Amino acid sequence: MPPITLTPAAVSRVKAVLFCIALLPIARLFVLGFLDKLGANPIEFVIRSNGTWALTFLLITLTVTPLRKFTGANWLVQMRRMFGLYAFFYALMHMLSYVWLDQWFDWAEIGKNIAKHPFIIAGLSSFVLLIPLAATSTNAMMKRMKRNWQKLHTLVYPIAMLGVLHYFWLVKKDITQPVIYAVILTLLLGMRIVWRLRQNTVR
Amino acid sequence: MLILPKSDIAPSDITPREVYQERRQFLGMAGGLALAAALGGLSTLAAANTRQKFSGVIPSKFGADEKPTPYKDVAGYNNFYEFGTSKSDPADFSDTLRPRPWTVSIEGEVKKPKRIAIEDLYKLAPLEERLYRMRCVEGWSMVIPWVGFPLADLIKWAEPTSNAKYVEFFTLNDQQQMPGQRSNVLDWPYNEGLRMDEAMNPLTLMAVGLYGEQLPNQNGAPIRLVTPWKYGFKGIKSIVRIKFTEQMPVSSWMKANIHEYGFYSNVNPDVDHPRWSQATERRIGTGFFQKRQKTLMFNGYAEQVAQMYSGMDLRKNF
Ligand code: HEM
Ligand code: HEM
Repeated sequence: MPPITLTPAAVSRVKAVLFCIALLPIARLFVLGFLDKLGANPIEFVIRSNGTWALTFLLITLTVTPLRKFTGANWLVQMRRMFGLYAFFYALMHMLSYVWLDQWFDWAEIGKNIAKHPFIIAGLSSFVLLIPLAATSTNAMMKRMKRNWQKLHTLVYPIAMLGVLHYFWLVKKDITQPVIYAVILTLLLGMRIVWRLRQNTVR
Repeated sequence: MLILPKSDIAPSDITPREVYQERRQFLGMAGGLALAAALGGLSTLAAANTRQKFSGVIPSKFGADEKPTPYKDVAGYNNFYEFGTSKSDPADFSDTLRPRPWTVSIEGEVKKPKRIAIEDLYKLAPLEERLYRMRCVEGWSMVIPWVGFPLADLIKWAEPTSNAKYVEFFTLNDQQQMPGQRSNVLDWPYNEGLRMDEAMNPLTLMAVGLYGEQLPNQNGAPIRLVTPWKYGFKGIKSIVRIKFTEQMPVSSWMKANIHEYGFYSNVNPDVDHPRWSQATERRIGTGFFQKRQKTLMFNGYAEQVAQMYSGMDLRKNF
């Protein structure tokens, strides 16, 4: 199959379209909120929606490299920063909806929750590790950090693992959803391991 | 706080059911009909709308001094894994349950085993309305106007022997009517238990309705348990079997995770669940900007129930 190549103008257009699509999950929350259609427990709904999309965008970001390898569509890499930043954006909204809407900045209670509930620790760790990636996401930072910047991005692996662990630990009994995310993440990370091993044997 | 004689709740405080009903019917047109048609169950959808109002219900002896949670939330946000594990699944998929005809069998340590039809259960004791708080282990709560009768009346009728130390309840076990039972998230049938004194406590209710009407399927039609000082999952739904035992029953949730769910499961703000803090709760239906409120010991029913647990270490017996 010939690689799908795009002109720079087409890449920009694709990027603009994907940028808008990626805003739909949060737009949906506002629309449902105004229509009073967020259900009986609207705050839980908002927290969960944002959490789901944070994790989903993380997995999408991790799909870029394999997809590029399989299709030869190198322009996909130009979408990665955007997806990564959306992962951070939804994680931030998720964290804020918990700290603000759910707990109303009751730091004592939040502190207790962090100390007592492993699932919150996993989520918080995942979020904290996302911060340096987002903070260094400008072109200037990239240039300045050079190879270190690439190294920094390997953080995305523990970030995603912690995100999935967070999900596993928070469900009461039905683990269907976290299992789905875990399987996809295992596949995505498994590919990297296989590539590494092959690279080493070729050398 | 305390349970007050309920007289301060005007009927107008209660959310008009008709408003909700219209909305649901509208929504039902799109989703419900397509779904029901897909399942070949158009007739069951119609059956679900023929719920009846109870007449001559005695106003409550007990009531929370709080506003009832809107009907749409009480009947739209449920944990009833027999129909799926998401909160909206029970309202969406419980049309397959047939609450009529229905009989409950009484067995175990009784003078003689018996069976009783739901119509006869309605007549076993005068039906009362009781406005109870309901606190879920997941950290949310509601205030629900139940219709029912004291479990104590059913127990007297059942004539347990002196060996009976516990009462065990079982939900219907039928994958046809309860499709969620095809997945093994819990050990079916759902079962629950109470110590005899808990079962005889005047607060313990066998509910057959809410908001003056027969129970909607998603709330555990046609008969369920309500123990307002315990976490919501103790309130076993769609009961078909009641067994008196000498040994402490092991409930479905205990089997699922003995470290997280104990036999007593009394509401206790000082003993956290590994997943959720139990110090506070979110009252459903109070809007987006309402803060969480403090959870009360025994869900605010300490005056009625605390003496049953005096001398017990409630951290161990959670
Ligand atoms: C400060 C950090 C975080 C906190 C305090 C936090 C807290 C929470 C809370 C309270 C819930 C809801 C639990 C419930 O409804 O019972 C939740 C769900 C969730 N969170 Fe987080 N979280 C954090 C970070 C993250 C991050 C970084 C991710 C993704 C990478 C994430 C993904 C999820 C997912 C997927 C869910 C479940 C959504 C669902 O049930 O559909 N969380 N989180
Ligand atoms: C300025 C913003 C960003 C740029 C320019 C950027 C670009 C890059 C580049 C060039 C790589 C390839 C590194 C390599 O091949 O060794 C990379 C890796 C990666 N970055 Fe970023 N990124 C940015 C922000 C983010 C953010 C915020 C995330 C958040 C999750 C993220 C997630 C990833 C992932 C998943 C990989 C790929 C690792 C792999 O596929 O093995 N990126 N990024």
